[in-house]
Amino acid sequence: MTALLPRRGLAQILALIVILAVDRVVSPQFFDLRLQDGRLFGSLIDVLNRGTPVALLSLGMVLVIATRGIDLSVGAIMAIAGAIAASLADTHSLAVVLAAALGAGLICGLWNGFLVAVLGMQPIVATLILMVAGRGIAQLITEGRIVTFSSPDLVWLGNGAILGVPVPVAIALGMLILTGAVVRGSALGLLVEATGGNARASELAGVGTRAMILSVYVWCGVCAALAGVIAAADIMGADANNAGLWLELDAILAVVIGGTSLFGGRFSLVLAVLGALIIQTMNTGILLSGYPPEFNLLVKAVVVLTVLLLQSPKLTGFAGIAARLRRTKA
Amino acid sequence: MRGLPPALITAIVLVAGFAACAVQFPNIASTRVVGNLLTDNAFLGIVAAGMTFVIISGGIDLSVGSVIGFTTVFVALAIERWGMPPLVAFVAVLALSAAFGAAMGAVIHVFDLPPFIVTLAGMFLARGASFLLSTESIPITAPLYSTVSDFALRLPGGGRLTAIAIIMLVIVTGGALLLHLTRFGANVYALGGSRATASLMGVAVGTMTVKIYMLSSLLAGIAGIVFSFYTSAGYSLSAVGVELDTIAAVVIGGTLLSGGQGSVIGTFLGVLIQGLIQTYINFDGTLSSWWTKIATGILLFGFIALQQGLVALARRPLTKRAGAAS
Repeated sequence: MTALLPRRGLAQILALIVILAVDRVVSPQFFDLRLQDGRLFGSLIDVLNRGTPVALLSLGMVLVIATRGIDLSVGAIMAIAGAIAASLADTHSLAVVLAAALGAGLICGLWNGFLVAVLGMQPIVATLILMVAGRGIAQLITEGRIVTFSSPDLVWLGNGAILGVPVPVAIALGMLILTGAVVRGSALGLLVEATGGNARASELAGVGTRAMILSVYVWCGVCAALAGVIAAADIMGADANNAGLWLELDAILAVVIGGTSLFGGRFSLVLAVLGALIIQTMNTGILLSGYPPEFNLLVKAVVVLTVLLLQSPKLTGFAGIAARLRRTKA
Repeated sequence: MRGLPPALITAIVLVAGFAACAVQFPNIASTRVVGNLLTDNAFLGIVAAGMTFVIISGGIDLSVGSVIGFTTVFVALAIERWGMPPLVAFVAVLALSAAFGAAMGAVIHVFDLPPFIVTLAGMFLARGASFLLSTESIPITAPLYSTVSDFALRLPGGGRLTAIAIIMLVIVTGGALLLHLTRFGANVYALGGSRATASLMGVAVGTMTVKIYMLSSLLAGIAGIVFSFYTSAGYSLSAVGVELDTIAAVVIGGTLLSGGQGSVIGTFLGVLIQGLIQTYINFDGTLSSWWTKIATGILLFGFIALQQGLVALARRPLTKRAGAAS
C-alpha cells in the first residue's frame, strides 16, 4: 500500500493546487462547505461528486493502459449499464439491478479482453467495435427512449449521503481502496506492469500475460458499468444517446495526466484518480468563472498538449534515460 | 494474404448486400437510390480517403470530425458575417486546416508522441475553436450554394449525380492514384510497414508524417465544405463522431489498422456499405436507427477477425493457432 503514492506524484498535486487556487480567485466561496440534511454541500463536494464517473473509469482504464492497451468502449458500457439499471430499477430490488448492470459490464469487459488477449487484436480496434455497437445496444434496451425511474434505492446511490459524504464519492473511494489493495497488496500490479513493459519477455518469464490482459479489461468493464449506474442514478434516468458520451476520452486523459505512459508499464491508481479530479476542477472552475462551457475543450486541449510535451522522451532527455535505468533496475 | 485481397472481400460483401436488399425492396436497385447514396455519404467518402493514408502509414487521426465542424462554421461566418466571397473563404479554410494537420504531424514526429493522443488534443482544439467562433447554426444564403445544390448530372432512370457526389468521386479517384502510382504513396506504405526500415531506406520520415496528416486535415476541410453544401449551414456541433464512422469505413474497406496495407478503393466501398445499411433501414421503416450502429459493429468485428486470420495465416502458415483467429 505504501507504493500507492510514488514520489513522482508531485507535479500532479502541484497542478491540482494551482487549479484550485485559480478557482478560489474566480469564485471566492469555492472552499465553503456546509452541512444540510445530513449531506455536505459546496463547490469542492461538487467537484468530487461530478468527478466520480471519470474517476471510476480511470481506475479501470489505468490498468488497461498499463498493459499497453486502451479501452475506447467505456462510454458505451456506461450507457448499457445505465440503460439496464434504469429499466429494472422500478420492478426489482437494488441487488438485482446492480448485479444485472455490473454483470453486463463484466460481459462487455470479457468480450474486449477476449478480442485483445485471445484473438490478438490491437486494443484500439478491438474496443472500437463495442464503442460503435455498444451505444446501439443501449438504445435497443431503452428502445430509443429516455427511461426514467423513481426507485428510492437507486436514487440514493446517485444522490444520497453516507456520514455527510455523497454516496458516489464514497463508492469511488471504496473502489480505489479495493483496486489498490488487490493490485498493490499482491504481485498482480507488478505482473500487469511487466505485461505492459514487455509482453513477450514476461510470457517467457512465466507471467500469464493473457490472463492479465483479460482481467484488466474485465475490471475496466465493471468500473465503467458502476460509473454508468451512478450516472443514471444521478439523473434518475438513462439516456442511451448521451450517457457517458466522450467520457472514454476524459478517462484516457485522466490516466495520461496521472503520468501513466500510453506505451504501458508503470502505473499509479491514485494519480489517475487525481487526474480525473484535475479535469473536473478545471471544468467546474470554467463554469464558475462565467465563461461559456465551450472553453472547456480549448483548455483541455492545452492541458493535454502540455502534459504530453512534458512526458515526451525527446524533451525529458537525460531525466528520461535516468528514469528508464531506474525502471530496469527495479 | 496472397489469395483474396481484403478490398475484394469488401466488394463481394457490398454486392451481396446490395443484391439481398434489392431482392427485398426492388426499388433499391435504381439510379435514384444509388445517386442519393453517393450524395448522402459524399463528405464521409472524402474524409475517409484521407484517413486511409493516415492509417496505412500506421497512424490515426481523431480530429477529422472536429475539423469538419470547424470548417462549416468558419465558412458560414466568413460568407455571411465577414462578407468574404465563398471561394476566398474556401481557400482560407483549406489553408487553415492543412496548417492544422501539418502542426499535428510535426508534433507527432518531433516529440515522438502517439498519434492517438496528439490528434485527440487536436480534436478538442478544433471543436473548441469552432464553439468559440459560434455556437449557433448559421444558414448560408450565398448564391453559389443554391447553384451547387441545384447542379446535378441526370442519370438514366431518373437518378441525380449531384455536384458533391462528383467532388467525392474525383477525390477518391485522385486519392487512389496518389496512393498506388506515386512515390508518395509508396512511402506511405513503407512507413506503415516499418518506420525504422523506411527511414533506413531513405524515406524522409518526418516530412512524410507532416505531409500525411496535412493531407488528412486538408481532405477533412474539403469534406467540411462539402458538408456545408449538403446542409447549407454552418454548425459547430456538426459531424460529431464522424471520426468513428470514418475509421470504421476504412477498416471495413480492408485497411489494416496496424498499417502497411490497404487501399482507397476499399475505403470507398466501406463507405458505401455503411450507406447501404442506412438505406436499408430507411426502406424497411420498422427497424430503428440504432440497428445501424449494431450492424456496423458486427461488420467491423467480421472484417477485423477476417484480417486477423489472414495475417496469422500469412505469418505462420503451419501454426496451430491460425485457425483460432479466423
